[in-house]
Amino acid sequence: MSLTLPADEPLVATEAESRIAVATQRQLIWWRFRRHKLAVISAVVVIAFYLVAIFADPLAVSPPWDTNASRGYIPPQAIHWFDNGSFHPYVYGLKGKRDLRTFKLSYAPDPSEKRYLTLFARGYAYSLFGLIPTDIHLLGVADGHPENSLFLLGTDQMGRDLFSRLVLATRTSLTIGLVGVTLSLVLGVLLGGLSGLQGGVADVVIQRVIEILRSIPTIPLWMGLAAAVPTSWSPNQVYFAITLIISLIGWTELARVVRGRFLALREEDFITAAELAGASRMRIIFRHMVPSFLSHIIAAVSLALPAMIISETTLSFLGLGLRPPAISWGVLLQDAQNLETLALAPWLLFAAIPVIVVILAFNFLGDGLRDAADPYG
Amino acid sequence: MLAYLARRLVLAVITVWAITLVTFIIMQLPPGDFVDAYMAQSAAMGSAFSAAEAAAMRHAYGLDQPIWVQYEKWLALVAHGQFGLSFEYGRPVTEVIGDRLWLTVALALLAIVVTWGLALPIGIYSAVRQYSIGDYIFTFLGFIGLAVPNFLLALIVMYIGFRAFGLNVGGLFSADQQLAPWSWTKLADLGRHLPAPVLILALAGTAQLVRIMRANLLDELRRPYVMTARARGLSEHRVILKYPVRAALNPFASTIGYLLPFTVSGSVIISVVLSLDTVGPLLLHSLLSQDMLLASTIILLLGILTVIGTLLSDLLLMWIDPRIRLGQRR
Repeated sequence: MSLTLPADEPLVATEAESRIAVATQRQLIWWRFRRHKLAVISAVVVIAFYLVAIFADPLAVSPPWDTNASRGYIPPQAIHWFDNGSFHPYVYGLKGKRDLRTFKLSYAPDPSEKRYLTLFARGYAYSLFGLIPTDIHLLGVADGHPENSLFLLGTDQMGRDLFSRLVLATRTSLTIGLVGVTLSLVLGVLLGGLSGLQGGVADVVIQRVIEILRSIPTIPLWMGLAAAVPTSWSPNQVYFAITLIISLIGWTELARVVRGRFLALREEDFITAAELAGASRMRIIFRHMVPSFLSHIIAAVSLALPAMIISETTLSFLGLGLRPPAISWGVLLQDAQNLETLALAPWLLFAAIPVIVVILAFNFLGDGLRDAADPYG
Repeated sequence: MLAYLARRLVLAVITVWAITLVTFIIMQLPPGDFVDAYMAQSAAMGSAFSAAEAAAMRHAYGLDQPIWVQYEKWLALVAHGQFGLSFEYGRPVTEVIGDRLWLTVALALLAIVVTWGLALPIGIYSAVRQYSIGDYIFTFLGFIGLAVPNFLLALIVMYIGFRAFGLNVGGLFSADQQLAPWSWTKLADLGRHLPAPVLILALAGTAQLVRIMRANLLDELRRPYVMTARARGLSEHRVILKYPVRAALNPFASTIGYLLPFTVSGSVIISVVLSLDTVGPLLLHSLLSQDMLLASTIILLLGILTVIGTLLSDLLLMWIDPRIRLGQRR
């Protein structure tokens, strides 16, 4: 290496470099995040799922609680997209046939009867966002009674449409994750912040509590606590009780992240500078520290969310979490609990797909956010 | 070293105490006590209880005393290894649990051994051959392992086993060995049934450990000493296994403290799905029928065993890592 500068390289920074130099932290994070393709795709998937949660009622086809034993265990229907060469989706009507040896009713498509699908069709009545009473659904059949003819993912034992139930379960399971994460975040930030800022006895005690909580197997503990939720409680009360139970134990990881950030930031020059300039403690925390680790918190939250969703699903699956008539992914999977049912109605396992997809998406998203959270690194 | 050991021991004792407290709280949480449940049950069968009879029963079980007295009495009994009677079975709790506890321990330990046995070579491979096809395949499998909850994996494996091979993967014993006394035949039978649940249980933990091992080893492989070793002409095997892997192993070993509770948790769930003869289904059943003494004993024993396991793994860590052994802070 020579000490002379190469002639063809300008001394001023290139355009890209100067863009980076003046970019805000937010821009840097966004640029870094954009590079992680999988995380971007996952973000889209997560947003799509939350859109389903928001618009669950209009997306559902049939009334999700409407039971009718004569429609039990109807297999998923195939959609035929073209009718006589033109685009006009329809499904065949169903013909029930009783097997004279086992006396079980089984359904077969009846090609003589075509049910045409329509968009923005009339179906069961609901109120949009609890405000606007309506009966318009995104998808339906021409006669306005999809519960008798449209079974995109089949039905369960009681003749309820699995597709519609899955859509409503998405709302329950995704919001329970959000509420649970919010609760753990409050606990985590309070206790982790106290631990990291205060140090001393508070830090030691909180750290030991976290260590103890993490060394206890959580599932048996959750099961014990969840089993104590009285059976007489309303679905909403059970919902909040379960969320509380999950977040009471789930806050430890978030507290660890918050404490770690506080400890790391305490040593930073700009904090010392702020202290020397006479800034108050509150100002240092909220003006200087919080903005610089907010991105880390968001990443930690998106990694904590799937754990919350798994917990709820597991508890409900065991019959200790949400209980019917509440609909969540776990409640739906509870129907698919034993081999006999699975052999008879394997389509009940469809409820597993959104669980896996959402958890994967949150994990990738969290990974991408964590990488992007520190754009100077 | 002694300070470290003492710190760990004290923490373990406090943890065990915390577990007893939590289990006792769980025991007390459901509204009404066993007598209420028993009365409702016998009322349904047609024989009513008088208030005096109920009071006598409460007195017999010590349910009429203040809560802290009940806790103290219970703690004293537990300390002597007496966990009381299962209300539902009318037999000592220890007898109801029986072999199930040891089967749970065996399942969890085997799963951890398999987790390590899989995660170590896969982690090394993924780091050494970073971005190779094999690395991508393992990363993909790892993400599946992370994303699919234990019970769902058990459910799917059970379904596939049934559909594709006509097998019933459930249970730990064949029907004829279920109630037989322990013998070599029974042990062999257990050996045939264990692989599926152990693998299901190990997958999630393996996925996590592979990611940790891969990241650790990648950091080590970039160190200059690795280049020096190569430059000196050491064989590739020796370069990788002798130093970087050993250095990367320490943070890896410290994760066992969290792996154990995680695996025990998972074993409860998959035992329910696969109807294994561990404490899992028993715990669920006792919780649903509010046989709280049985349920809390199971939670307590699982908790204590986990704490002991964690303590042992800390000792192991001390043995591996001289920095801890020589009394420096981790």
